[in-house]
Amino acid sequence: MQQGVTDWRDQIFEVLQDHDIKQVYHVPDAGHSRLIEACQTSNSIRTIALTTEEEGIPLAAGAWLGGQRSVLLMQSSGVGNTINLMGLTKTLRFPFLTLITMRGEPGEFNSWQYPMGQGTPKVLEAMGVLVMSVDKVEDVKTTVDHAARSAFNGGQAVAVLLRQKMIGIKDFGKKTA
Amino acid sequence: MSATLQRRPLVKKILAGADDNLLVLGGLGSSNWDITNAGDRPLNMPLWGAMGGTVPMGLGLALAQPTKRVLVITGDADLMMVVSCLATVASQQPDNLAICVLDNEKFGETGNQASHTSPRNNGPTNSGSGADLALIAKGCGIADTATVREESDVPQLVKDLRTKKGPVFRLVKVMVEKLEFVMPPQDGAHLKDRFRQALLGRP
Repeated sequence: MQQGVTDWRDQIFEVLQDHDIKQVYHVPDAGHSRLIEACQTSNSIRTIALTTEEEGIPLAAGAWLGGQRSVLLMQSSGVGNTINLMGLTKTLRFPFLTLITMRGEPGEFNSWQYPMGQGTPKVLEAMGVLVMSVDKVEDVKTTVDHAARSAFNGGQAVAVLLRQKMIGIKDFGKKTA
Repeated sequence: MSATLQRRPLVKKILAGADDNLLVLGGLGSSNWDITNAGDRPLNMPLWGAMGGTVPMGLGLALAQPTKRVLVITGDADLMMVVSCLATVASQQPDNLAICVLDNEKFGETGNQASHTSPRNNGPTNSGSGADLALIAKGCGIADTATVREESDVPQLVKDLRTKKGPVFRLVKVMVEKLEFVMPPQDGAHLKDRFRQALLGRP
């Protein structure tokens, strides 16, 4: 983290509050964990742990039917689980925002993460989701804010990819042989 | 034990006298036609697709509208597709959410093949796994579950679905029937907008 720049997860939490997000869906995620904890301890946000990322799309649709804004936090490896139900964003045309911590990008040590990580932007775009990307901490706040505006003011389905270059390469604290 | 309850008159009884406090989601296929047969209304959200998504959508809505009653009516296979969502429901304990699963033990939309709630050992082409969704719901942490098979239990079923403190889960064994399609508007954006207009006063 650069000096003088707030942790990216704290910046995102501020943006979520600015946009009056009321429901936050997530699966356990090391990258998002600090953000998830901030949401869990917030009085204005309902935080809901999912059994599969797939639940997040209809949950967001239901929240919107009831007049509340939501966000889905997931890893790129979970994106594939959402694709069929992601079609709801097109058929219902409701605002949808998801923030995705990336795996399987250059530098990734776990070969099992590459297929879905590399496929993530393509499958999201194939489903009509507007894909934005951020790889510098100083751009996080603006990018997520713009994404939220596109979603909740512009009525779009929007994904922000939080690139591994920014969030760090997971190495389980050891070097491979 | 073969089912005797008929889904259309049953759903009519469940939805009788629905007012602005009752928000209804119908799962894709038969449940959609059932709630529409009972009377299409803006505060019905009938799904034409999104299999597996009906109960999660009900949960998102119930949390957003805690003073309204949210009733999800759907089929066994729709729930079975993302059955783990029942654990998510239990984690949130929405006291305004009721889930009614119409279980005919068949995949009705594709030609009545045996679904996983059909009994095992029912021949090579007609066997399921005997899955018990009420037991699964209980196992996921929903305390108030019951299975309804008899007409005599229907008045209590209706009362529970409409008024009992949630989350309420009711599995209703219904007959396999050939019924006419009773279709609501299909456009999803229209269905969403009319629902929000009726509920929130804006699309």
